[in-house]
Amino acid sequence: MTTILPRRDVVIVGFGWTGAIVAEQLTQEGLDVLALERGHWRDTSTDYAVNNAQDEVRYRYRDELFEDLSRETLTFRNQSNQEALPMRMLGSFLPGTNVGGSGVHWNGQTWRFLPTDFQARSHNEERYGADAIDEELTIQDWGVTYEELEPHYDTFDKLCGIAGQAGNLGGEIQQGGNPFEGPRSSPYPNPPMDMVAAPLRFADAARELGYQPFPGPSANMSRAYTNPLGVSLAPCSYCGFCEKYACGNYSKATAATTILPALMRRENFTLKTGAMVLRVETRGGRATGVTYVTPEGDEFFQPADMVFLCAYITHNVNLLMQSGIGEIYDPRTGEGQVGRNYAYQTMSGANVFYDDDFSVNPFVGAGALGQCIDEFNGDNFDHEGLGFIGGGYIAQWQTNGRPIEHHPVPSDTPTFGLGWKQAVRANYNHTIGIGAHGASHSRRGNHLDLDPTYRDAYGRPLMRLTFDFSRNDIAMSAYLTDRVEEIARAMGGNRVDVSPLKVPYDIKPYQTTHNTGGHIMGDSPDNSVTNKFNQSWDVSNLFLMGAGNFPQNPGYNPTGTVAALAYHSLAEIRRSYLQNPGPLVQA
Amino acid sequence: MQLTRRAFLAGVSTFALTAASAAREYRGGIPWEPGKAVPPPVYDPEQTFLTSEERAFVTAAVDRLIPADEYPSASELGVVDFIDHQLAGPFGRGDIYYMEGPFRDGLPTQGYQAQAPALLYRQAIADIRDGLAAAGQPDFIELPDDEKDTLLTRLSKGEGELSHTDGKTFFDTLWQNTQEGYFGDPVYGGNRNMEAWRMINFPGARYDYRPWIDHGGEAVILDPVSVGGRMVP
Repeated sequence: MTTILPRRDVVIVGFGWTGAIVAEQLTQEGLDVLALERGHWRDTSTDYAVNNAQDEVRYRYRDELFEDLSRETLTFRNQSNQEALPMRMLGSFLPGTNVGGSGVHWNGQTWRFLPTDFQARSHNEERYGADAIDEELTIQDWGVTYEELEPHYDTFDKLCGIAGQAGNLGGEIQQGGNPFEGPRSSPYPNPPMDMVAAPLRFADAARELGYQPFPGPSANMSRAYTNPLGVSLAPCSYCGFCEKYACGNYSKATAATTILPALMRRENFTLKTGAMVLRVETRGGRATGVTYVTPEGDEFFQPADMVFLCAYITHNVNLLMQSGIGEIYDPRTGEGQVGRNYAYQTMSGANVFYDDDFSVNPFVGAGALGQCIDEFNGDNFDHEGLGFIGGGYIAQWQTNGRPIEHHPVPSDTPTFGLGWKQAVRANYNHTIGIGAHGASHSRRGNHLDLDPTYRDAYGRPLMRLTFDFSRNDIAMSAYLTDRVEEIARAMGGNRVDVSPLKVPYDIKPYQTTHNTGGHIMGDSPDNSVTNKFNQSWDVSNLFLMGAGNFPQNPGYNPTGTVAALAYHSLAEIRRSYLQNPGPLVQA
Repeated sequence: MQLTRRAFLAGVSTFALTAASAAREYRGGIPWEPGKAVPPPVYDPEQTFLTSEERAFVTAAVDRLIPADEYPSASELGVVDFIDHQLAGPFGRGDIYYMEGPFRDGLPTQGYQAQAPALLYRQAIADIRDGLAAAGQPDFIELPDDEKDTLLTRLSKGEGELSHTDGKTFFDTLWQNTQEGYFGDPVYGGNRNMEAWRMINFPGARYDYRPWIDHGGEAVILDPVSVGGRMVP
């Protein structure tokens, strides 16, 4: 039996970064807002205490902050003609669970996309001709521009206290920043982090080669900071436990350290945990609310005037499919939009090995402590004759020296035994890794749909992921990896090992949690699931937040753009939708 | 939930609803309990899974994976205790992994397709024992070191099929767990006295490295610290 609860103005599904942003913005309008989170409440000082947080076994290898696959997972195959099998353990990507979501365990590398990234098809066709875009690619323009998003990027920078050096202030190129970035309306709210030896060595080598290195934009605090909501963050202590870990020191901007202390005091906000949303209910083209189940198995219907899906991308897409909203994409016919244009990221790199006289001290680290170059991202370089479009940034981030995960050895080291052990000892403190963080362009065969065989703990079909890197991704990554190798060789070590993109895509080794697409935005219901305000074309009181909106994945970390898109959507909702509910863009 | 009730008692205005839903409803402030923390699930010598025969296999195998030199071998650092404890708990049971059937052999890109890790160990060790016996060879623990290495290398390359499970999956899991026990925090039973951390000069669960940001390429050598507190060898 389903218990029907009292109506709310707004119900939010999933309480990570975007759920908190939606709640903070809409409670300001006096709306009655309820957030539903499948996981537990988490409190920074209690759950992530500094004397417990730095624990590799518990957090990295026993997945304490990540989603519990025994309840729901996805199945995976590289190609449509293969049988998909369940992702039984996490590996390639690490969605979060509990209050704060994946944003609890991010690195804090906070980028803006390039103005041309938002015109991925039209810009490249205009500059290189339509033939320059491989026919298997299904990339498209976003329907939103950098200029429209800029004020919202700025809001997020200030919310988080991002540390960095502006490269383009209102069109004026700034010394020491990223000269390729879009124009910023204001400088970063905090100065760059203090650099350790490895990123400085990378920057020296890059400069010698004629590039313009700059400090990576960081949500790890370079100094004490109080944000516009009145919430304070503490200076980062460079403990080396950011990515895959929670920060017990209030030094990494997360929903819990930037929004929740202000939001939770508002009387018109309520959070329910242990609330697993199974479906969005609709009637006559409108969402009437959501159905959720508690850990005890009690089922509730929560009526609401507006529904926001703020879960991880695969869960947002899954909720659309389980709710029968929109048509599921079929790669054979190209019809249907839900599940289309899933994309990922193309990661490659190199290790530079040094003699004993140079020590890296990798444990003096932070998630976004590094130096970058952007010469080979997006369309910052001439692609004429290269056979691909897009690119990525190249960086040296000194994130950690956690020894289960980080013990680099030369590639000809034995897999195990004495030779391995001695190589670990010889190289642990004398190796610098640099990497290319590259784009992933959406391709016809890559998509999400429902698995015919495997089911979740609630009896629903599992989401099925079909993914492999495109020809464009492979060629683009090979080009970037060559540039990585040139810089690595200029860094003065005694040996360089290159790690190219691994093809075919493998679900097991960790690569990045930057999964994108599946409920993409666009300028028409014929090419997208939402309009440029993240509003469902099919159900106008349903909004979808997150990287699922990306039509393809540029060569940057997604969180800054995820947040900017959310603020952009909410600004229009506050300006227009609340007075006049209905489609914000006419189809 | 407990946290909410405490917040209520502390005077933070909160919730009112039915008992079942009130327990997980948060309103009017952040539930907070000063002085509380959630400590790690530490090593418990009573919580074991392996039989004595299986323990002997694991001991022999991990000491080929990380043998002794001037620094201790895997078993000398407690890696067998670590693995045994882990297999008896949520990891070994596969509590947070998707363990619904059907189980099928996948492509290498499709990841782990075996049963829960404890069962994987049990099946693989039995299969290896039976395979050696069928070939008229001595038990694994009695093989010369180079033959142990050959067998482990074959497993690591997916050569020589086991009858009930996948040999490469077993090797990968055993090797991963060995590294976890060797380099993980000593509260889980391995890395005794933080010897593995001393070997590479990893300072452990230290909180603040700000004094060493500007190290100029000089080695920073600090006594390691465990999440269980500083431990004196």
